[in-house]
Amino acid sequence: MPQVAQVDRNAVPAVAVEDIVKRFPGVLANDHVSLDFEKGEIHVLLGENGAGKSTLIGILAGMQQPDSGTVRVNGQVIRIGSPRESLQLGIGTVFQHVLLVRSLTVLENLMLGGPWWSRLGRHEALARLMTFSETLGVVIDPDAELGRLSLGQQQQVEIIRALWHGGRVLILDEPTSMLTPAGVRELGQVMRRLRDQGVAIIFITHKLKEAYEFGDRISILRLGRVVGDLPKARLASMSEGDVTNEVIRLMFGPTATVTGDARALVHEGQRRRRAVAVDRSGEPLFMVRDVSASARPGETVLSNVAFDVWPGEVFGIAGVDGNGQKELAEALAGQRPVASGRLVLGDDDLTTLGIGARRRLGMRYITDERLGEGTVGTHSVATNLLVKEIGLPPYWWRGMTRWKQVREHARDKIETFDIRTPSEQTPIARLSGGNIQKVLLAREASSEARVVVFNKPTYGLDLHNTRLARERILKSAASGIATIVISTELDELTELCDRIGVMSQGRLRGIVDNTEGAEMRLGVLMTGADAA
Amino acid sequence: MTAEAQQDVNVTAGGGPRRSAWRDATTTALRVLLPVLLALLAGALIILALGKDPLTYYEYVVQRGLLSPTGFQATVTRTAPLLLIAAGLIVAFRAGIWNLGVDGQFLLAAVVVAALAPELIVFLPRWLTVLLCFVAGALVGAIWSLLPAFLKARHGVNEIITTLMMSFLGISLANVLVKIPFNDPTTTVPQTATLPVADRLPRLFDTTVHAGVILALVVVLLVHLMMTRTAFGLKLQIVGANPRAALHAGLNITGLTFATFALSAGLTGLGGAVEILGVWGTVRADWNPAYGLLVIPLVFLARFNGIAVIGFVLFFAVLMIGGESAARRLDVPHFFVLVLVALLLMFLAVVEYLDHRRRQSRVD
Amino acid sequence: MGGIFTVDFTTALLFGAVTAGVPLLLAGLGEQISEKTGVLNIGIEGMMLAGAYLGFVAAYDSGSFWLGYLGGAGGGILVALLMMVFCVWLGMNQIVIGIALTLGTQGLTALLHHFQFSRTYPRLGEVPTLPIPLLDDVPVLGESFFDRHPLVYLVVALVFVLGWVFRRTNIGLNLQAAGDNPAALDATGVSVYVTRSSAVLATGALAGIGGAYLANVGAGLFVPFMTNGAGFIGIVLAMLARGNPLWVLFGAFLFGVSLALTTALQVGGLNIPTDVVQMLPFVMVIVVLTVFARHSYLPPALGQPYVRGER
Repeated sequence: MPQVAQVDRNAVPAVAVEDIVKRFPGVLANDHVSLDFEKGEIHVLLGENGAGKSTLIGILAGMQQPDSGTVRVNGQVIRIGSPRESLQLGIGTVFQHVLLVRSLTVLENLMLGGPWWSRLGRHEALARLMTFSETLGVVIDPDAELGRLSLGQQQQVEIIRALWHGGRVLILDEPTSMLTPAGVRELGQVMRRLRDQGVAIIFITHKLKEAYEFGDRISILRLGRVVGDLPKARLASMSEGDVTNEVIRLMFGPTATVTGDARALVHEGQRRRRAVAVDRSGEPLFMVRDVSASARPGETVLSNVAFDVWPGEVFGIAGVDGNGQKELAEALAGQRPVASGRLVLGDDDLTTLGIGARRRLGMRYITDERLGEGTVGTHSVATNLLVKEIGLPPYWWRGMTRWKQVREHARDKIETFDIRTPSEQTPIARLSGGNIQKVLLAREASSEARVVVFNKPTYGLDLHNTRLARERILKSAASGIATIVISTELDELTELCDRIGVMSQGRLRGIVDNTEGAEMRLGVLMTGADAA
Repeated sequence: MTAEAQQDVNVTAGGGPRRSAWRDATTTALRVLLPVLLALLAGALIILALGKDPLTYYEYVVQRGLLSPTGFQATVTRTAPLLLIAAGLIVAFRAGIWNLGVDGQFLLAAVVVAALAPELIVFLPRWLTVLLCFVAGALVGAIWSLLPAFLKARHGVNEIITTLMMSFLGISLANVLVKIPFNDPTTTVPQTATLPVADRLPRLFDTTVHAGVILALVVVLLVHLMMTRTAFGLKLQIVGANPRAALHAGLNITGLTFATFALSAGLTGLGGAVEILGVWGTVRADWNPAYGLLVIPLVFLARFNGIAVIGFVLFFAVLMIGGESAARRLDVPHFFVLVLVALLLMFLAVVEYLDHRRRQSRVD
Repeated sequence: MGGIFTVDFTTALLFGAVTAGVPLLLAGLGEQISEKTGVLNIGIEGMMLAGAYLGFVAAYDSGSFWLGYLGGAGGGILVALLMMVFCVWLGMNQIVIGIALTLGTQGLTALLHHFQFSRTYPRLGEVPTLPIPLLDDVPVLGESFFDRHPLVYLVVALVFVLGWVFRRTNIGLNLQAAGDNPAALDATGVSVYVTRSSAVLATGALAGIGGAYLANVGAGLFVPFMTNGAGFIGIVLAMLARGNPLWVLFGAFLFGVSLALTTALQVGGLNIPTDVVQMLPFVMVIVVLTVFARHSYLPPALGQPYVRGER
């Protein structure tokens, strides 16, 4: 239960937004949102992806302007026209994606933004860094190149930078997605220390558990509107179960039946995959035997990764981002050459085969980067659905494209997978993230698949699409496919998987059965290895 | 700008927001004509600033390039090398490769063919000589792009610089070849041996236009077909649009990169061969028509569409031939065409930008 | 064979290397500044040419070399302004605009030259030099390095100044951040547009001065298309120098040597045809590019326009 620091209730809120409206083409991101953020309080903004949290933060950070409504800082009506103005007003924002310069050192990153005509004030900066380190209870090497630090450490530098010029408001946008359980605890400690010094903290998340654990106060957003608010006094006396029920009620209405989406929100992390007995009597279907792969600068080297997956099993790969998961997925799919070791699918040795050959033998890979890697944004949905089969019959004949068949195939898939698109000819970049994911799933879930690798399948998706994606994963396993799910969300893994391995620094540290207490064992594996 | 262009080419009617076909057509027409008009206007202002009458200039251009029978034939003849270079550039740009080495590839191929043809014609029939020379020209061009292709495929070195440098080197080398090994000792001016007019490409009907123009047209159409209707063309487009997705999809990026360079440079080299066999019959020292870079804006204007590029090339050929005449009569040197080309490119970029902004603010 | 290893040959070579190398150095340093901030400045060839033309006109009209450099800087900046507006402010494709600017400048300067000088082909007078006492008496080296027009000394000093600026000032930090992660720079309140704009204009000025030196000191007159790839060689230098101005200095001198071989060989009595020797610099560039291909470094945000709020 969060400690309740004493706050003078008559004081002016550090930041307040009144009646904010913000529209984007096709969507009303903020629909008359009004909120107060008090000093010395951790105020959680809870809502699924797409609820409008990030837009609101963008406004406070000076990245965009509201269409209407006012923003008050310390009671005064202010227009935050740019990130610089936001900083000058004492508002520091830590975004989800690291907003630091990787090729500069920690100290240089902190000194960034000084008056352009002057020399670097190294001494002053060092002194200030020391103060911050003490306050927050963290230790950072000022001359370390930022790109070399762990994600958790980078985030700490981000927090320091956000408060560098004496900020009194700290905004954290989904900060836990790249942390180990230990890292999350550390973050909690840092937040509490700051709160106790009077900093107003705005914490954005889509995870109910986090909201309960960290929040002094919780505001719930859904579809651009504030649907509910659990102020400090009330929250202090509620149990986790109470909070859960209340959030459900506020988000989905006081109906008796709980919808599938609500269940997804609620059971996030609380449901475990029912042990559908995986038949391990026969041989494993997919075998990864001591696979190692080299890496370019900035990538992670894979060392002796080994695990087996039985038909119908869901095998999870946990770990903080950047520990080799992406490289492993690429090695399995054929995008990264295997330096040593073997990959065996049934009776076929895949090790030296190319991407196309592996695909023909039943390997499927759904990448986490939907637009960057998984699709070609300017080409149509129809083309993208067949982009991995260019030149193959029946859509190609003697090298010539049979566009009619290509389009028919697309229309068929659009129907089956409920892909929302104006037409099969629409450039795929115009679709929403959820629908692009559906295209990827449709593309890879063909009948001849034998092993499928899902990399962060629900990243950035709203509740509905998250649920659909997870259902599809379970369905694929149910049909006997060896299913591998890579994710940074432990809750997701415990919900879907039979066994879970932990990746750290390019190695598979251990494999845990998804039974009672699995989270703890996973946490140990992740932390022990994350001694960067 | 490339992505936008590709998008329009790929999305056929029957998709996208509901707009009348009429409005579609006018918008496209505007996007194409506006840069041209603006460039001509700006060009006129420059001529004015130099103390000459722009109306007279354009009048001479049209008179010679379009209206005069001999002039128009010269115009059509000029389209042959331009079309082949355009075909080569379309292949490269669609695949996301900036082949800026076209001038060097063109000139080297021309020089080699100019030296080869007179030798072969002595003991081979014309059709065979022509065929072999075409192959030689294409080969020379392709070989000259090998190094940039390798550097890009193996080491990811930006091809803009490598192809440019190879171009400068190629032009220098071509000059050396003309002046030394390929020099015809019987002429006072350093040049290659001349191919007799009777042995050059056959003329069409009664005109001075040679058969190479037909070849060029066919090639452009074939390239267009290839890009829009074959698996190979689609693969090239994917590599150009998103190389990471191409890798993810299992495309052979290295092979496709080499193929793109070879095809692009080969077509350009063929252009050089056609120009020599059809028009000049020889290469003089320090000759460098530098058609290559001039074709770039035309390819962009045509949104990399093979059929559309034919019209733009014709328009530009009128400008070139007419401009040569206007240069003599009005003393506005041929450099003006360079300026016009640059203006065309800039206004094209501006119009594209404005159109992009307009569309973004008015999204579905 | 009078020869390669004579004093005359070496002096001619080194002297020529400096003459040819200074424009390359300026172009390389300029391009380095642009590329650091994430702008791939293909138009630099045009900036040099504009500087050559305006620099020549300024020097010819005024009789002063310094005014010539000023004119050169002005010419380069004029072209850079266009690049700034179209690419940095409006976010248009840097390569297409760069090609357009280069072609346009080539055409425009050739056109202007035709109307102003093609009948008379005027030349500038002798280049005044500033000898450095004591050092200029050193045989061979003295004449080549220490008895030159003062701009040469300034440019070499600039190399070290730039190195210091890159590493020890806020400007340097801003430049690096703009090319590495412009969103990060924007978040600290520094304008990415201003940073990149300043960089592009600085490139224009430096390239323009380089062009002016090429025309006024190197040749003594302006000839259309006279830069002949010097700007592009500057891009190569910037690519290989990995952000360190010292490498640009080294590379510029190296290429300067290859450019100076024509005259030097004539002095040495070797009768290699001019055209063959003229190929040498480009051969050198390509060899260097091939050998050092793996070592070239370009900032992550190179070539991508920055738009606030866009992912």
